[in-house]
Amino acid sequence: MIDALRRFSHSHEARLLAVVLTLGAVLTTATPSFLTLQNLFDLLTSYAFLGILAAGLLVVLVAGGIDISFTATASVAQYLALSFAKAYGLGWAETFGLAIGTGIACGLLNAWLIESLRISSIIVTIATLNIFYGLLVFVTGGQYIYALPDWFSKGIWWFEFVDADQIPYGVNLQILLLLLAFTATWVLLNRTTIGRQIYALGGNRDAAGRLGFHVFGLNLFVYGYMGFMAGIASLAQAQLAQSVAPTVLVGRELDVLAAVVLGGASLNGGVGTVLGTVLGLALLAVMQNGLVLVGISSYWSQFFVGLVILVSVSSTSLTLRRRAGSAVA
Amino acid sequence: MAFLELQHISKRFGGVRALEDICLTLEAGEVHCLVGENGSGKSTLIKIISGVQPPEAGGRIVIAGTEHTRLTPVESTRLGVQVIYQDLSLFPNLTVAENIAVSGHLGRPRVVDWRAIDETARSAMARIGVVLDLHARVETLSIADRQLVAICRAMAADARLVIMDEPTASLTRHEVDALLSLVRELKSRNICVVFVSHRLDEVMEVAERVTVLRDGRKVGTYDAAEMDDHRLAVLMTGKEFRYDLRDIDLTGRPVVLEVEGLTRRGEYENVDLRVHEGEILGITGLLGSGRTELALSLFGMNPADSGTIRIAGRPLTMRTNREAIENGVAYVSEDRLTLGLVLDQSISANTVVTVLDRLAGRLGLIDPKRQRETVRRWIQDLGIKVSDPANPVKTLSGGNQQRVVLAKWMATNPRVLILDSPTVGVDISAKDGIYEIVKRLAAEGVAVIMISDEIPEVLFHSHRVLVMRAGRLTGEFRPHRTSEAELRVAVNA
Repeated sequence: MIDALRRFSHSHEARLLAVVLTLGAVLTTATPSFLTLQNLFDLLTSYAFLGILAAGLLVVLVAGGIDISFTATASVAQYLALSFAKAYGLGWAETFGLAIGTGIACGLLNAWLIESLRISSIIVTIATLNIFYGLLVFVTGGQYIYALPDWFSKGIWWFEFVDADQIPYGVNLQILLLLLAFTATWVLLNRTTIGRQIYALGGNRDAAGRLGFHVFGLNLFVYGYMGFMAGIASLAQAQLAQSVAPTVLVGRELDVLAAVVLGGASLNGGVGTVLGTVLGLALLAVMQNGLVLVGISSYWSQFFVGLVILVSVSSTSLTLRRRAGSAVA
Repeated sequence: MAFLELQHISKRFGGVRALEDICLTLEAGEVHCLVGENGSGKSTLIKIISGVQPPEAGGRIVIAGTEHTRLTPVESTRLGVQVIYQDLSLFPNLTVAENIAVSGHLGRPRVVDWRAIDETARSAMARIGVVLDLHARVETLSIADRQLVAICRAMAADARLVIMDEPTASLTRHEVDALLSLVRELKSRNICVVFVSHRLDEVMEVAERVTVLRDGRKVGTYDAAEMDDHRLAVLMTGKEFRYDLRDIDLTGRPVVLEVEGLTRRGEYENVDLRVHEGEILGITGLLGSGRTELALSLFGMNPADSGTIRIAGRPLTMRTNREAIENGVAYVSEDRLTLGLVLDQSISANTVVTVLDRLAGRLGLIDPKRQRETVRRWIQDLGIKVSDPANPVKTLSGGNQQRVVLAKWMATNPRVLILDSPTVGVDISAKDGIYEIVKRLAAEGVAVIMISDEIPEVLFHSHRVLVMRAGRLTGEFRPHRTSEAELRVAVNA
């Protein structure tokens, strides 16, 4: 136990936690509107879409791959699922099934292309991003869908509270899905043999093959999982926006990547944790939210996000280099 | 009792014959060496034993008394065959425990039992008396400790035959000793250990039998006790190597490089040496004796604290290697793969990288014609076997890669050539080619410093040999008056 704590205190996650808490403390003193239940629930709700995708992308990065196409996948899944839901009167289960199925199909296609053609995953998924997105915009003509099923528009609303100003908040669909996505990913990566095989694959692909790991199968699983999360995230986003817009999701993929990389996942594979990803997302959310709350123009937000990524990644690499240096000496 | 029996194993890849009619028996509890040059068929044989490749019809594989016609990797693992590849096939990002127990993750997806993983790892380590931190990540371990993890992993899989590919290549002498005592432990547990090597090295100390492969055929299996370096080299290459030791004294020739009182605290002290025109000066010493640090200082990459370095009488500051290169010093590093070559770049680009400024035409751009000519000249001069100079360097064999490094430095027309362990990882016959080149360069007037921890290398191919110990030059020897044993004593004293 003490051993585990000592290890944690030296980890990237511990440093990240310290940064997030410090930033939170600064914002709390700077503005009274930061540390309110209302604001925290709002944050969770609006970052659920990025968070669910980040959970999926984490698994891909750990396996040693990368996926850029998931925002296009989500757009397709969202459009298909909700236009069918309205047209054929589908319920929760069928709608989610359709979105998730579409997501998984796109993910499997990515995995198949990457593994059977042996092209690097970044190239394949940049191509499929454009293919999925291009087809969607062509077929739909970029038309928004505003007519959603009533049950979907209402969403869910658990543990509702009302704060002093009579504004309601509670656990909504977005927060629920976000929690489910992180929990499922944590269980997958830490408690199942598949998850451990994914870490091993990302750590040394050749060795995994030699030991008899089913590398192709694992990759199908990994990209399928990303697609699964894209399907879920797409409905969380559509419910929040109360519309389906084929053109607004593509472009957010780098925000997701930023959160996962801030969380300590390595683009070389084999490294990354759910806790780190949660904290990476939290840092991103708190920073962007804080800038708005203290009244700094939101145009600065991208600048700061970039700065934080740069500082975070270089500090990680410096620590690694120092460690490597002392190991040699 | 024989654990494994191979009978009449042959294998072709396309038109190339990799193995021809190999018969081999491995006894339980035996330590067996499998030696041969690159391309002799060692790796194909390992692949057949581990079920990665099937042999051709007519071959028989008998493991523990049962014949196996369709051996798969999973099947061979189940029977207790474990291969430890040179790269060890570990997962750097996972803990020691998980690496040892990793095959437990295979099979039907299920919940991980972390306690069982620790238990498996602990018992595998206990069985062979290894102590490691179960929860340390493998990337934080030394190479020697990583090797222990790989051996423990084989133990956890109930190995009865452990095949180790080049296990001592990156270990220090001390670590090799630890490995050898571990091998004795495996042997006492009736496990058969096979060392695969293209070097004649320390593993011979514990081996009982040696099987030599050449060009896909088995030359024979011999008693290790009756084997020596020379005989093994002849069996591996099919060639007789005789190096004549004539007493050639070149100390009367003009001094090219002169070093006086060179000191760098903690690395070497008070080094005096002179190299003459056309002379090959051997420097030998143990790993950590300061020989590599000295070489780097002479090349300006590891500035000395005090002392002087003169080239043809002119003192140099030697603060940067640019100054060294401008004054005609060339350096071929010990680790040619990481320091000497850009493996993904073409042979041509690697050859001219040191002389780009001399290839510049008008406008300062590189003149492709001049580049082609330079490359062609060195490929021819050094006898590099190349199908196309545009191919990446990594497509060449070790010996040819070493020649490209030599070519790169020879293109600078050096006056002093420093070679640090020039034949590490190179076949015996390719070594010979490199020695020939070095001798020819010396004959053209280049002063050569050859650093090596292989005693025969410096003894048979230098005009003078200096011994370095704990940062000091402790002796000078004339090869024709010195035996290998004498030199060995001087190095290890």
